[in-house]
Amino acid sequence: MKFERYGIGIAKGLTVTMRNLLRRRITTQYPEQRLTVSRRTRGNELVWSKEKCTGCATCARTCPQGVIHIVTSPGEENRYNVEVFEVDTGYCISCGLCVEACPYDALFMGYAFELAKYRRGELVLSRDDMLIENKQASAYFHPENAEALPKQELLIDRKE
Amino acid sequence: MIVPNITVDALRHFAPVSPDWPGNEWWHWLVFTVILIVFILVMVIIFIWLERRIIAWFAARIGPNRTGPFGIFQNIAAALKLLLKEGINPTNADIIIFWLAPIVAFAPVIIVLAVVPFQNGALLADLNIGILFVVAISSISTIGIFMAGWSSSNKYSMLGAMRMIAAVVSYEIPVVLALAGVVLLAGSLSLNDIVIAQERVPFIVLQPLGFLLLFVGGCAEINRSPFDLMEADSELVAGFHTEYSGIKWAMFFLGEFGEMVVMSTLIATLFLGGWQGPALPPWLWLLIKIFIVDFVMIWTRATLPRVRIDQLMALAWKFMFPLALVNLIITAIQVLAWPDALPLYVIPINWAITIILVLLGSKLFKVGWGRVEV
Repeated sequence: MKFERYGIGIAKGLTVTMRNLLRRRITTQYPEQRLTVSRRTRGNELVWSKEKCTGCATCARTCPQGVIHIVTSPGEENRYNVEVFEVDTGYCISCGLCVEACPYDALFMGYAFELAKYRRGELVLSRDDMLIENKQASAYFHPENAEALPKQELLIDRKE
Repeated sequence: MIVPNITVDALRHFAPVSPDWPGNEWWHWLVFTVILIVFILVMVIIFIWLERRIIAWFAARIGPNRTGPFGIFQNIAAALKLLLKEGINPTNADIIIFWLAPIVAFAPVIIVLAVVPFQNGALLADLNIGILFVVAISSISTIGIFMAGWSSSNKYSMLGAMRMIAAVVSYEIPVVLALAGVVLLAGSLSLNDIVIAQERVPFIVLQPLGFLLLFVGGCAEINRSPFDLMEADSELVAGFHTEYSGIKWAMFFLGEFGEMVVMSTLIATLFLGGWQGPALPPWLWLLIKIFIVDFVMIWTRATLPRVRIDQLMALAWKFMFPLALVNLIITAIQVLAWPDALPLYVIPINWAITIILVLLGSKLFKVGWGRVEV
């Protein structure tokens, strides 16, 4: 005998929605309330270490979008001088392949994600915009960065 | 203080007031017309806000909370937006009917409230045919909706309007039969007398089956989910108001939520004891009961999925119609057996009858001779 057919099913459904009514609201009101993003987030920017970079341009070759523009000249100690290093983040798909490809661990994904701009030109990051001294690198492909970052805040862990 | 008295007397002399107007004062209709129009507009705004907030709570969301404190001005902003929007007329529309339809759909909603008492005798017209008036007038808005569907020259509008007609014609019967049970118990068609008759115990206790039938049938008549087939977004774009925009669409929306206010008010008046209640002022009791009914309506909307059209018709004709008939007969027998007042031990008997009838009806309920899954 299926009791669901005798109005019990409707009553069950009503209790389910009522439990939802009494539950904590799941919505996060974004500009005022923020959740901490994952430590391994791939923010829409690149972070670049000038010291480690040899100017090999592997990142530029790997980029599927071709948004990394790098111009080098011969330098001393088996390195190139990086003269121009530009990333058009407007076309970047945040795939992280450039970071994975870098043989000298000189490139990182950024941790910031609120990077909307009013002009297209402002989306192009120049060499000095990406310096690791000014930016926070995410732990994507570089777990050693994770310690410096706050722990991710999950909705299921949120108490209030 | 002398002058107004002279005016009142003079006007009473020139315009004899109807005996239906309580107090027999000439200004009675003016005051109550203004009160009713303000009441329905304010209640619609509150109902839309409540609907959005409570539906959001049922989905563990927050709902509109930006415009004003708790988002209460959200609907006023939406209404302003709708007033400023362009009204688009389809090329092939029957333009007179197209423009007339929102008015025909909305006007009856206000008129119905004329017979609803907010206190003992505090109503626009204490008609001795109160419930008949309610049933007759509230059916007019269906014509408005069919006018909208017909004149839009759009297949979705037409389908939605035809579903509306089918649903209202079908559900009118169990609803009216459920109302007849209340009339038998109260011994009067006037809503004021029905509320007075509930002084001892509200009719929901005496007539649980009638309440159930009126609630479900009422939800179906005013296009509430889960019976909102007439504007099923996933099938019919928006049903009868597909082609409407701007202020005309707002009128339909107003009418839809106005019907919800009216249905909540009627259920509160007929089954929950209307303005009766201890301690608080009577109008406040009526408002509280209206909001309780509204909350249950929103609750069912948040819970139940939309039914199919065959399920909709089968529920009306194979489930609610027989139950309503049986309910009416049982009520008639009880009223004949105890002509003065029903004894209180009838209450458990009626509840047992309700449970047995609902179980039996569910057992026998089939769609498509049992070939189709219910």
